[in-house]
Amino acid sequence: MCLAIPAKIVELFPDETSRALVEVVGVRRHIDTGLLEENSLNTGDWVLIHVGFAMSKISEDDALDQIRMLTMLGEHEAAVQEVTGYGLSEAGISSDP
Amino acid sequence: MKFVDEFREPAVISKATAEIRRLADPGRTYRFMEVCGGHTHAIYRFGLKDLLPANIDLVHGPGCPVCVLPMGRIDDGLSIAKNADVIFTAFGDMMRVPGRNGSPLEHKARGMDVRIVYSPSDALKIARNNPAKHVVFFAIGFETTAPSTALTLMRAKAEGLRNFSVFCNHVTIIPAIRAILDSPDMRIDAFIGPGHVSTVIGCRPYEWIARNEGKPIVVSGFEPVDVLQSIVMLLEQLKAKEAKVENQYKRVVPWEGNRAALKAMAEVFELRAYFEWRGMGFISQSALRIRDSYAEWDSERRFQVPGVRVTDPKAAQCGEVLKGVLKPVQCKLFGKECTPERPVGALMVSSEGSCAAYYNYEHRKREAFTKEVGVAV
Repeated sequence: MCLAIPAKIVELFPDETSRALVEVVGVRRHIDTGLLEENSLNTGDWVLIHVGFAMSKISEDDALDQIRMLTMLGEHEAAVQEVTGYGLSEAGISSDP
Repeated sequence: MKFVDEFREPAVISKATAEIRRLADPGRTYRFMEVCGGHTHAIYRFGLKDLLPANIDLVHGPGCPVCVLPMGRIDDGLSIAKNADVIFTAFGDMMRVPGRNGSPLEHKARGMDVRIVYSPSDALKIARNNPAKHVVFFAIGFETTAPSTALTLMRAKAEGLRNFSVFCNHVTIIPAIRAILDSPDMRIDAFIGPGHVSTVIGCRPYEWIARNEGKPIVVSGFEPVDVLQSIVMLLEQLKAKEAKVENQYKRVVPWEGNRAALKAMAEVFELRAYFEWRGMGFISQSALRIRDSYAEWDSERRFQVPGVRVTDPKAAQCGEVLKGVLKPVQCKLFGKECTPERPVGALMVSSEGSCAAYYNYEHRKREAFTKEVGVAV
C-alpha cells in the first residue's frame, strides 16, 4: 500500500506546472507533481510516485534499485497495473515508449 | 537460506548476518517491531527470519492501513454507496475487505456503482465526467497517502466541483506506536521505522520514542540488505545502551520530510479527537478529519452514516495478531476458514497484512514440504 513506484519524467507542461507525463516500464501516464517541495523538475529526472502523485525526486541509481526491489518483492506487476490505471487508463496516451 | 541467491549482493547479506550474530547477545532475546506492512511483506517474501538468530524475534506492527480499519467504517462507507446517485470509489486494496454485509466488490455485484481507482485524482475525474452523480472517494492510508487526498480536495475546492466528497479514514502512525508502547502486554526492544511514511513526516516525529521511551528506532528501506542493516544498527545501539533515531533509508527519506506534503495535509485535515483501530480500540488523536473549511467535500457531513461499531467475528483473532501478541498461525481460523482466497479478517486481504504474508510465503512453503516429505513442520 505504501510502496512507491519510480517513474521517469518524459514531458513537462509549462502551462500546467503541477502535471507531468512519466514513464514506468513503457507505460506512460500523467501524474500530479504538486506535492514536490521544489518545482525544479526536468525531463529525464526520476521521481517516486504514489497513488498518482510524485512524492520525491530521486537519483537514477536509486530509481533502478527501487525497480529491482519491486521486482524482488513480486510487486512489479501490481505497480505496472497501478500506473496503467492512472487517468482511468487515459485514452490517447500511448502505452509504448 | 535459498533466497540468498536472488539477492543482488550476497556478500553484503552474508556480512550483515555475520554482524548480527556477532552483536546479538545469546544470553537475551530481542523483540523488534517492524511498524510498516511493506516491511512485513518483505520479511516474509525474502525469508529474512531464516537469516536471523533464534533469539531475535520480529514482531509485525500496525502499519497496514487496510488491516487496521475497523469493519464499522467499511459499513459506514458502503451505506453511502447505497444512495442511487452515488458513485463509490476506492483503491483496489479495499475492494475485497469484508464489511458486515459483504465487501465493496460484493456490493458492486449487487448492482451498486462501485469503482476501483488507482489515484484520488481519478475519483475527481469521474466526478467531472458525471455531473449528475455524486462521487465519493473512500480514502485510506497513513501519511504516505494522506497528502494526495489533501491535494485532490484542494483541487476540487479550487475548481468549485461540488459533486465530489471524501470519506476520510486517514490515520497517523505516531499515536499507534505510542499505543503499542503503552500496552501492558507488549514488550518491544526497538523499532524498524516505516520507509515511505517517513518520506513525508521525516525522522523528527520519532525522537520521543528514543528520548522518552528509551527505545532505538531505525527508519529502513525495503530491500533485504536494508532490513538486515537496520537490525545491525538497532543491535549496535542496544549494545552501546543508546537510544536514538537513525535513518538507514537516506537515499529516499530526508530527515525533515516533505514540507509541501505536510503543508497540504495541514491545509485540509485536522486531528480527530479519537479513532477506532481494529484490534487496538480507540486511540486518541490517531486519525485525520476534514477541516470545516472543506466541509462541503466531507462525505461524513454530506451523508448520514450509521457510525455503528461492528465487532470482528468472534473466532478471528485479528486484534491479537495486529498487536503482535499472537503469530498469524496461532489464530484459530488461520489457513482454515480464513485464507487469502476467502478472507475473514482484513489481515488476510492485503499483501501487507501479516496473515496474508505469512500464508503466501511461510504456510505454502511448509505445506509443500509436508506434502513432499510427509512430515508436518
